[in-house]
Amino acid sequence: MLLQARDIGVHFATPRGLLRAVAGVSLEIDAGETLGLVGESGCGKSTLGRAIMRLVPIAEGELLLEGQYITRLEGTALKQVRPKVQMVFQDPVSSLNPRRRVGSLVGQPLSVAGWSRRDIADRVAELLAQVSLPKDAADRYPHEFSGGQRQRIGIARALALSPKLVICDEPVSALDVSVRAQVVNLLKDIQDRLGVGYLFISHDLSVVENVADRLMVMYLGRVVEQGRAADVLARPAHPYTHALLSAAPVANPALARTRQRVVLQGELPSPVSPPSGCAFRTRCPFAEARCAAEAPLLRPATADGQQVACHFDFSERFAAQATGVPA
Amino acid sequence: MAGLDVRGLSVSLFTRGGVLPALSEVSLSVQPGRTLALVGESGCGKSMTALAIMRLLPEPPARIIAGQVMLGDTDLAALPERRMLGVRGKAVSMIFQDPMSSLNPVVTVGDQIMEVLRRHEGLTGRAARMRAAELLALVGISDAEARLDEYPHRLSGGMCQRVMIAIAIACRPAVLVADEPTTALDVTVQAQILELLKRLQAETGMALLLITHDLGVVAEMADEVAVMYAGRVVEQGPVDAIFAAPLHPYTRGLLGATPSGGTAGRHTRLADIPGSVPSLAELPAGCAFAPRCPLAFAACAAQPPLATLAPNHLAACFAAQGMPADAAAGA
Repeated sequence: MLLQARDIGVHFATPRGLLRAVAGVSLEIDAGETLGLVGESGCGKSTLGRAIMRLVPIAEGELLLEGQYITRLEGTALKQVRPKVQMVFQDPVSSLNPRRRVGSLVGQPLSVAGWSRRDIADRVAELLAQVSLPKDAADRYPHEFSGGQRQRIGIARALALSPKLVICDEPVSALDVSVRAQVVNLLKDIQDRLGVGYLFISHDLSVVENVADRLMVMYLGRVVEQGRAADVLARPAHPYTHALLSAAPVANPALARTRQRVVLQGELPSPVSPPSGCAFRTRCPFAEARCAAEAPLLRPATADGQQVACHFDFSERFAAQATGVPA
Repeated sequence: MAGLDVRGLSVSLFTRGGVLPALSEVSLSVQPGRTLALVGESGCGKSMTALAIMRLLPEPPARIIAGQVMLGDTDLAALPERRMLGVRGKAVSMIFQDPMSSLNPVVTVGDQIMEVLRRHEGLTGRAARMRAAELLALVGISDAEARLDEYPHRLSGGMCQRVMIAIAIACRPAVLVADEPTTALDVTVQAQILELLKRLQAETGMALLLITHDLGVVAEMADEVAVMYAGRVVEQGPVDAIFAAPLHPYTRGLLGATPSGGTAGRHTRLADIPGSVPSLAELPAGCAFAPRCPLAFAACAAQPPLATLAPNHLAACFAAQGMPADAAAGA
């Protein structure tokens, strides 16, 4: 197993109290595999990505990379592990230093790792070819490139030290539709060629559907559902997953007119003072007294590994709703 | 109630580097109670169109150089600013992508709504406050009366967009221009806002010009669709026709690049459009899409006209028009 996270908790001290940005999250990612992580802003998905990068302190739980505990590594030991986990950021404009040439941006991880100048130049040329950028790109500045090309630069930089795991934090959210497809395809090609594992963080279910092998849905810092991507998308078991799928607009006018939509009321509660019991109960159309009293644990929903954190079994109810029969 | 009819609108940017054609001969029309979606990628001119309609273009460098923006019998493009002040926010309103930065952070929500009511409806004092509370309730904000005294930073993004909508519809406009109204919002909140816009439209019969890059939103909301590329409308038609039988290769490319729920799994490859949108400074002669187009041929060195190829369905493409190469080149 490439990455294992066990019961990860990330806490931030705020003036209004302790914010549990991530609570009790466990996950596994294998080499060559993509775990999709979805949820709305503030659900903790980026914080989880940054915790795996060891960029924010982990308050609880353990992180294992290729079987090695990395949760509490510091100094030289941490520096040795860092190359194995790299990150691609959402905004290709602000994540590239505008004053540095592309060659120096892509080569920076290599020079930090102590590569010679000649080796860096060779490797940069190789990386630029890998992400289909022209050779002369190395001598140009980020502003000379379009958004999609800049994201390619960011990807080349992330790949510089041959990482085992790449955290992609909304890598295509800032891109136009036609370019988005190019970058998604590029990420898939790289995975096929190099066998890297991806943690693919996105709020866009349609993109995740296209890249993820497995899927994890987060709400207010907790995992509410996980399983094989195809299963979760076809047969959601958690009311929140169901609502997310229902809220996502479909690019099909006929279907858009006929389908039944669940429009969730209200918005995400404050993570500083989350609701008691199940955090989703304040927006859940099916909430009952039990949901306020008792927090649901992640439990198997089906025989083939799908898990859900809900007291009730909703699969049939959702099916009934789709046909208009009151549940 | 009057609809909006944009005819041959051209806008140029007068920059030190030369005159750039930001919009070229854009014609659109939205009828009362209908929704026209204006679709395209960044830089295609969709927001520029909205700003030109609202007469909010950054002048300089932008200037309307030709065309009309007809609201009933009035040409907004020709109105002096003094008279436009009476139209903007009253007959034609606009909501923007980023609700947080479009509201004044140091003025309460209530005062921002009442400003419009005072300016256009002459409402003051208690009457204005009551109407403002009514509007907040109308856009689905609970406890409206108390919310009037809140500052925008106390509200979430979705709430701020509701406030923006309340301001925009305060004077029952004939036309609402919505520029990416849900792009900055989470998907569950997006669904709420789209539903709200639909409900308000059904109640007031306003025409909605919805600007978006998201084909999913288009499918959910639009009656008609206009696709823009490099400052021109390249295809226009009823929503079903655009999705079921797109005529322009760019529209087909956009649809192919959009993952459509249910069918695409992990192992299907998304169709992509090679290359990227050209900058206005280096637009190719003729069809601007030709360098990225799989169907481009000799004729595409000339500008294809927007021609009706099916009922109410127009496309600016020689290949779609089935024009023989030599005839087009001679035209």
